Amino acid sequence: MADVMAWVLVVVIAAYACGGGTDYGAGFWDLLAGGADRGKRVRRLIDHAMAPVWEVNNVWLIFVLVLMWTGFPTTFQAVFTALWLPLVLAAVGMVLRGAGFALRKPSRRLARRRVYGAVFAVASLITPYFLGSVLGGIASGRVAVGTPATAHVWANPTSILAGLLAIAATAFLGAVFLVADARRFGADDLVDHFRLRALIAFGAVVVLAAIALPVTHDDAPYVWHGMTRGLGLLMVILAACFGVLTVVLLLIRAHRWSRHTAVATVALAIVAWGFAQRPYLLPTTLTVAEGAGAAHTLRWLGIVTIVAVVLVGPALVLVYRLDTQGELEPLTDSETRAAGLPGDNV
Amino acid sequence: MLSTAVHLATDTPAQLLPSRQLMAFTLASHILLVPFGVALPFITLVMHYRGLRRDDPVAMKLARRWSAVMAVQFAIGVVTGTVLSFEFGLLWPGMMGRWGDVFGLGFGVEAWAFFLEAVMIAIYLYGWRRLKPWTHFWLAVPLPLAAMMGSFGIIAANSWMNTPQGFSLDAQGNPTDVDVRRAVFTPILGTEYWHFVVAMFLTAGYVVAGVYAVGWLRGRRDRYHKLGFTVPFTVAAILTPIQGFLGDSAARSVFQKQPVKFAAMEIVWKTDTHVPEYVFGRLHSDGSVSGGIRIPQLDSILAGFSPDTKVTGLTSVPAENRPTAAEATLVHFCFDVMAMIGSVLILLALWYAWLWWRHRDMPDNRWFLRCASFAGVACLVTVECGWIATEVGRQPWIVYHHMRVSEAVTQTRAGGIWTMLGVVVVVYVAVFGSFLAVLLKMRTRWRVADEAAAGAAAALDPETDTPYGPRPRPGAGAATAGVPSGSGPGTGPSEGRPGDDH
Repeated sequence: MADVMAWVLVVVIAAYACGGGTDYGAGFWDLLAGGADRGKRVRRLIDHAMAPVWEVNNVWLIFVLVLMWTGFPTTFQAVFTALWLPLVLAAVGMVLRGAGFALRKPSRRLARRRVYGAVFAVASLITPYFLGSVLGGIASGRVAVGTPATAHVWANPTSILAGLLAIAATAFLGAVFLVADARRFGADDLVDHFRLRALIAFGAVVVLAAIALPVTHDDAPYVWHGMTRGLGLLMVILAACFGVLTVVLLLIRAHRWSRHTAVATVALAIVAWGFAQRPYLLPTTLTVAEGAGAAHTLRWLGIVTIVAVVLVGPALVLVYRLDTQGELEPLTDSETRAAGLPGDNV
Repeated sequence: MLSTAVHLATDTPAQLLPSRQLMAFTLASHILLVPFGVALPFITLVMHYRGLRRDDPVAMKLARRWSAVMAVQFAIGVVTGTVLSFEFGLLWPGMMGRWGDVFGLGFGVEAWAFFLEAVMIAIYLYGWRRLKPWTHFWLAVPLPLAAMMGSFGIIAANSWMNTPQGFSLDAQGNPTDVDVRRAVFTPILGTEYWHFVVAMFLTAGYVVAGVYAVGWLRGRRDRYHKLGFTVPFTVAAILTPIQGFLGDSAARSVFQKQPVKFAAMEIVWKTDTHVPEYVFGRLHSDGSVSGGIRIPQLDSILAGFSPDTKVTGLTSVPAENRPTAAEATLVHFCFDVMAMIGSVLILLALWYAWLWWRHRDMPDNRWFLRCASFAGVACLVTVECGWIATEVGRQPWIVYHHMRVSEAVTQTRAGGIWTMLGVVVVVYVAVFGSFLAVLLKMRTRWRVADEAAAGAAAALDPETDTPYGPRPRPGAGAATAGVPSGSGPGTGPSEGRPGDDH
């Protein structure tokens, strides 16, 4: 049962990396959209695309935390003790990102929108970096039960590369999704805008992965070996194939499927990490069996997970479908009967 | 085990104070949004139903505006709630590490309930334009149920901390033989849960109604304000007397299940019968009480319906196992404020019933409306007080009788946590300040538009646009230009509408 729950945890992390990652990526491109005039249309697209689903995507992270502390309490304790600072920064970043995004929407003055937008965009960069560096710290085997909070746990080559990879991967996902969103909203010039950025981001992922390969050989040996043989290697190869496929789809402008292949790329990379880390929760000190919580609880956690799949699954499919079909649109001022005010300039 | 417990009790780590302050600050902020997360969808749906059923444009306008508020409020609630999940690990890793698998399942329930809530709220908030009216409504109907399920998960976890069970301890003092059902359904769960949920609904009701009571008092006496006041106020007023009973039984179950916490709530020093009730007053560390109003016998009567009821005092347990005198005073103060505001609200609800029975219409009594406009704020104060009473009353335990707060706290140095507290305070003040500013701005926009509409009467109505029905399809060129290609929203009332090309 512990193994099953560990895999559920990996799958949920993958889901957050894809769902949340897309939103972080959108924030990344918001940051690079340029000045208020030049970036206006890009930002409106990002606003429109993200608004209905970002809260849903955020819930995956809550699932990750709950699964960790209920299913694997000692791991949770060890991770949150050793990686205190990056997790604090990620949490603060998450508040700023969500609040900045939510408050920018109803603001009508340029100066305010700038402030909220900047907060949102910068936080979209910080949060995935630190979450990535947390994964890197765990994968490199620097976290063990009782490890105190020191900088080397998260300021090491593997963590830094994982953090940068997280940013690049989210930028890639975000751009691919925004290509589809631009098509959906009929903004054809933005399709090419984000197509180019998706390709650049994929290039960044490839470069970072190429750097990571030799660096992590010595820095994170256990996971390195897991990823270069067996099922881990298979998943890495599959992820790479889907990545290349995404690039091909982008190049031939077959945008229908590029989102799915991009999601598969990131999800498979996370699953590869899951295979590579077997049988450890914290390589090479705590195995899944050792770190598992009470058997009775794990069984119930499994039941809760099944209930969640049965109840949330259809709802999730519905919301993503409605969203991609353009059925979800924000209320406008005309519908709430709101007036403009002196000083509005956006 | 015992020696370490004694050692830890006498030697509180330096990081304990900032950790407690940080948890208290973030929870106190988040809990202000919880009533709206839990109950605003319900109140909005009631209004929405009325609008659809009676084809009432004013009710529809209110429902739409409330869902615009919900969009912002829900987002702030999501992020401040996520911070709390992080803090379990960042501040209290000791508790999660040892007890996570015993009581964490409630959070599992909360997580999927919250998932459903987030999905449905997204469909509701963004479905106004394109979904069929009744489809839109029915898709949102499970929303209050999901919200109540989510609260169940959270309260299950909290009530487990208050009355932990469903496990046995091995030789090292670690929990084994976890029985999940007993760990979820703990003795105090029932009363705590219903007391909490009803509090959330009536707080949201009074706050929303208060907005329109103020508008009415300022002379905006139209149907819009009447509906905006009566629907949420009626929901809250019906629940208020019920909450009186629930609160009373919650206090009595604390008396039975956590007698020392009850002693702190009522500042009872020595176990005794014929215990007097103090209204406010301060407890000193020698057991004396200064200030406050002393009512002989009453505490025993309230606890067990008879002056002969024996009430456990604080001194029944050693000093290191009970709240300090200062903590007890705080708990007592909050408990009394909560009980007092609750009683006044019951009177207000009765007043409302009386006025309604007499006039069969929105009450126009100025004093009643003045009181009604304060009810919301008073309710928020009560929510804070109730939460402080239950959390501080549990001290020094994080898991009642099983783990001290000082044993659960992180090993991170105090300086780091103080810094984090500073950062979080600055961030939260900015976020909540901006949130409030945005809400006030929305209100102003709506008021200006309503006044302009009233002024123009039926002359020039720019609102040819219906909230439901087909999306306006301008010319082919504009349609392909789509959302982001607009040259930006104008300042007009139709600003930012997708498909509108300015």
